[in-house]
Amino acid sequence: MQSSFNTNRLIPYFFLAPALIILGVALLYPIGYMIYASFLDWNPSQRIGEADWVGLRNYTFLLHDASFRESFFVTLKFASIVVILEMIIGVGLALLLDRNIRGMSALRTIFILPMMIAPIVVGLMWRYMYHPTVGIFNRTLKDWGFEAIPWLSDSWWSLVSVIIADIWQWTPFIFILSLAALQSLPRSALEASRIDGATGWQQIFYIKLPLMMPVLIVTALLRLIDAFKVLEVILVLTNGGPGLSTEILSLRISRTASEFRELGVAAAMSNYLLILLFVLTVAMFLYNKVVEKHAIKQQAKTEEA
Amino acid sequence: MPQIRFDQVTKSYGNTQVLPPFDLTLHNGEFTVLVGPSGCGKSTTLRMLAGLEVLSGGEIWFDDRPISRVEPKDRDIAMVFQDYALYPHMNIAKNMSFALKLKRTPKKEINQKVEQVATMLGIEHLLSRKPGELSGGQRQRVAMGRALVRDASTFLFDEPLSNLDAKLRNKMRTELAEMRNLLDKNMVYVTHDQVEAMTLGDRIVVMADGLIQQQGTPEELFKTPNNKFVAGFIGSPNMNFLEATLIEEADNLYAKGKGFCLQLSAQHRATLTSRIAQQDADITVGIRPSSFYLDNLPESANTPSEISLYVVVSEYLGAQSVLLTRCEDQNLEIEMESASPVQNNQTLNFSVLPEDIMIFDNDTGNRL
Repeated sequence: MQSSFNTNRLIPYFFLAPALIILGVALLYPIGYMIYASFLDWNPSQRIGEADWVGLRNYTFLLHDASFRESFFVTLKFASIVVILEMIIGVGLALLLDRNIRGMSALRTIFILPMMIAPIVVGLMWRYMYHPTVGIFNRTLKDWGFEAIPWLSDSWWSLVSVIIADIWQWTPFIFILSLAALQSLPRSALEASRIDGATGWQQIFYIKLPLMMPVLIVTALLRLIDAFKVLEVILVLTNGGPGLSTEILSLRISRTASEFRELGVAAAMSNYLLILLFVLTVAMFLYNKVVEKHAIKQQAKTEEA
Repeated sequence: MPQIRFDQVTKSYGNTQVLPPFDLTLHNGEFTVLVGPSGCGKSTTLRMLAGLEVLSGGEIWFDDRPISRVEPKDRDIAMVFQDYALYPHMNIAKNMSFALKLKRTPKKEINQKVEQVATMLGIEHLLSRKPGELSGGQRQRVAMGRALVRDASTFLFDEPLSNLDAKLRNKMRTELAEMRNLLDKNMVYVTHDQVEAMTLGDRIVVMADGLIQQQGTPEELFKTPNNKFVAGFIGSPNMNFLEATLIEEADNLYAKGKGFCLQLSAQHRATLTSRIAQQDADITVGIRPSSFYLDNLPESANTPSEISLYVVVSEYLGAQSVLLTRCEDQNLEIEMESASPVQNNQTLNFSVLPEDIMIFDNDTGNRL
């Protein structure tokens, strides 16, 4: 009796085991490897066993490394600007297009196309468009009699250029999530607000946005996490330049590993990024938890009443 | 308070016309109930009045002001929705005061008004809670409160009680009836429940398939229904319908069917005899469940007919019993006073008075 009871309790874990093993091999092992490597002075020509143990030297070095700090700052700037702009444009578009328009499903597919294109292709495409002489932007500017803009060769403009490309690619993500959130709002509450006298703008600010807020917060956090890891588009567009003006962290990590041949430092940098993203993820998790707890509390109160 | 008038109003969705052009006048200060089965167009009518649906044709008039292009907020209406439509992220006080806040009413006045209405509805202890923390009945009250706070001239109710359980529904219905007496407002109420319609309405508009079947006071609808639909819809239990043929014998007109032969009134005879000559004698007989007498026939009773019915199921409700009976292959429901339960599986002889019998045309369903 006792033993069959135990077997029953163990069965779920048997089923979970394959997934756990794959997770361990594919996720935990590389992370562990990376953490270990971050304590080494390791050149790619060495095997990992031959590398010298340097403890926290890579981490302290990075803290005092001006280029790393610059790169960290660029990443923060890039991520916060793109997320803010994408949220504004994406939510705005969703609010505009939340209506019965003929061919809406076709439109929606077109809107999310940028998201489906491989980032390398996006980078190449934008690089041609930004081209100083034959690119469409400068040609158009010239036709209209304006001066050409040094899209990718000026340190200020190059950051603007990568931000524009990222917004083009990722606004649709926020757009479709916001649209889904909008369309699941209680219709009758919106109708009630019309009868209560709310104008279109008042409906947006008093009813729609507050009700969409949980979805918007999660969407923004997801985008933020993604923006911190962006690599390909910038790699193709500017390769971090000019100077360090667009060298975001993941690009610096890749260069540290391949150009500077300092695997230990690159690993330490990855860990810094990982910690940052971890904090963001935990924040998102906690937010969900708080919301859930609140919902449970409300439920309990309702049942009491 | 304006008089509300629908003038040749019609509604189509795409190519489907759900409401053919109709006229309807809602009199000043009346409680009007739109009643009908699901999909009859009653909610659409109300939503057009509220401004939530666009008219496909015609015009709605508030006195002599056309309002079909006026925004909902400028129509001086308040509405209670079926699912209450409270704002989930606002507490009850904010829910109730939202309209006033948008109108930039001074805070002091808002608080005063909300408190007054909340006290009237007995929800003053809930003001700081959110809708999600309330029970169905409480939410219902808040929805009413939100409408009341606005002090509009016309109140619209879209099946406000249909999400409540039976007991609570009865309670809220009585409260609504009380509120109706307190407030001197136009009220338009949509429901599919004929009991609500009968108990609340000053005037009832019965709708089916997008058409207004009949409008009138509850008594008019009950006693003189225009057609078979209204006769069957109004009244509980439902009216019994029996297929029959008109025959004339010894200067009297009878409706004869399988297992019964009922004498009709002189009035019926005057209007119906001609049909026999025209070979158009097939009709439907309608008798209310309460019009069958077992042994308590009124003394003034004139030429009652007998009908033998076999009791299949007897539902004893205390002072009353509802009997499901059978006459050959047709079922009839009978409502009768009963001191003690009536036995099943017996045949009883009931009397029916000629003036209690309604005759309907088989093709048009109209009452003859």
